[in-house]
Amino acid sequence: MNAFQRMNTALMIDETRKIFKVSRQAFVDPDILAAERAQIFDKCWLYLGHGSELAKPGDFVTRMVGGRSILFARDAKGALKAMLNTCPHRGAQVCREKHGNAKSFQCFYHGWVFGLDGTLRSQPGESSYAEDFKERSTSNMQQVPRFESYRDLNFICFDKGVESLSDYLGPVKDYLDVICDQAETGMTIVGGTQEYSMRANWKLLTENSIDGYHALTTHATYLDYLKSATGALAQVAFEGSARDLGKGHAVLEYKAPWGRPVAQWIPSWGEEGKRELSRLYDGLLKRFGKERADRIATFNRNLFIFPNLVINDIMAVTVRTYYPAAPDFMNISAWALAPKEETEWARKYRLFNFLEFLGPGGFATPDDVEALEQCQRGFRNSAEAQWNDISKGMGKENPSYDDELQMRAFWSNWNEHVFRVPA
Amino acid sequence: MQAIARTEVEDFLFAEAELLDEWRLPEWLELFTDDAIYYVPATDLAVDASPDNNLFYVADDRFRLSERVKRLMKRTAHAEFPHSRTRHLVSNVRIRKQIGDDLEVSSAFITYRTKDGVTDTYFGSNRYRLVPGNGTFRIKEKRCLLDSEGLRAQGRVSIIL
Repeated sequence: MNAFQRMNTALMIDETRKIFKVSRQAFVDPDILAAERAQIFDKCWLYLGHGSELAKPGDFVTRMVGGRSILFARDAKGALKAMLNTCPHRGAQVCREKHGNAKSFQCFYHGWVFGLDGTLRSQPGESSYAEDFKERSTSNMQQVPRFESYRDLNFICFDKGVESLSDYLGPVKDYLDVICDQAETGMTIVGGTQEYSMRANWKLLTENSIDGYHALTTHATYLDYLKSATGALAQVAFEGSARDLGKGHAVLEYKAPWGRPVAQWIPSWGEEGKRELSRLYDGLLKRFGKERADRIATFNRNLFIFPNLVINDIMAVTVRTYYPAAPDFMNISAWALAPKEETEWARKYRLFNFLEFLGPGGFATPDDVEALEQCQRGFRNSAEAQWNDISKGMGKENPSYDDELQMRAFWSNWNEHVFRVPA
Repeated sequence: MQAIARTEVEDFLFAEAELLDEWRLPEWLELFTDDAIYYVPATDLAVDASPDNNLFYVADDRFRLSERVKRLMKRTAHAEFPHSRTRHLVSNVRIRKQIGDDLEVSSAFITYRTKDGVTDTYFGSNRYRLVPGNGTFRIKEKRCLLDSEGLRAQGRVSIIL
């Protein structure tokens, strides 16, 4: 019996004494990772991609999702398809390009040709196969068991019996609406993917992505930069709240002094920026009324969708997902999301803003990478120093954005999944 | 104007690499013109992509580049404190063309970064726009095109490439 099998929880919780601790074994144990794969990544809805990435019929991308190689394509009729990227014949990956446009997909090994929806069209030596071979569904590329979308965000699940995406997301949908409503004609992924990695457990990035507590210390140099850049700050203080959205989802919603391209003006954006932002704000006002317009324009959101999707609507909007390759290694993919109808001015400043803070070349993310890798190094002591503390703000009626409620929401749900007794 | 020999460009690029490896970043910054840009595009983009409508890793104007240098020299730039050790190797230097007085130069690079027992390798090509003057050059544009697929396993470009 391994150590993990002897455990039935990774958490130590005492509400009255305001204790909430997480076993550091959860970050280092290969048996925990195996359980996460079986109980979380094989069971939960996972983000595949945004519809705007496949603008035209025949557009496709290939990417790893939940350990599977997925081919995501728009077929000739314009419908999105999510297929397991493996030949039904002998298993080779059918599509070997990361993205492109195709009329069909051909497995180069024996030359089988599939339509954009994965249907077998032809194979060399057809006369040697059964007459009805092409009519059999097993001759086609396999679709992922479940594929659903919300506001052009596409998700897949490997558990056929999973609840609908809509039910899974629940109140998360309201926040996705607030984020997507900043665009009148829909949101789009901007060209360019940030693909990076960290030598750290994947759950450290979950915590970090919704951690309002670390900004002042970890990101001291970023805040220095904002202060020294003339007019980079609005007269707005950090202030806001955290919410547990159920099923491990959580959100921070808060005000912050940085500029938002929809729509919080900062002096360095000048008169042109002021005109542009007031035009955008007026549009929101007309469409949604003052309360919602203010919420869309001036509040930031760090939205976490269990188990591994982060949509941060901050000085730009980023979509970020990440997977463990080992207990101490994760791969991350991140994109920039923006209103389709955005002007050149706004797009340029959005991306300039994005890179200031976000991504592996920004003024902030490299320090997050360092922090997470240092945690993983510290966990070498986990046999003796066994527990992480995430009790900040316990018992508060209105937890602040810099409390740790959202992490407790994640870990409680994670714990339920990982230690669930198999049915 | 007298023709500029490749060896002059090489000497300049080798000196630039030395400044980076010795963490003399404020001096390195002085190599750049006041309107300079420093770019590291995402690796799934065309070589001439613009940061105005594409997501890069780094797209600094001169001001942000100076802030990058300022940041990297601080103890609170946690990713690079203590400083990693680096070695920038520059090779395959070619003068591509002359645009007015400026030179378009390309080079191949391999940069090693080592810290905490982990060594990462960055490799690719650099595209420069150099402005000759006073027997040396200033950099008007430096675009680092990584050959790797993304930044796995390097995880970050916390150093200057």
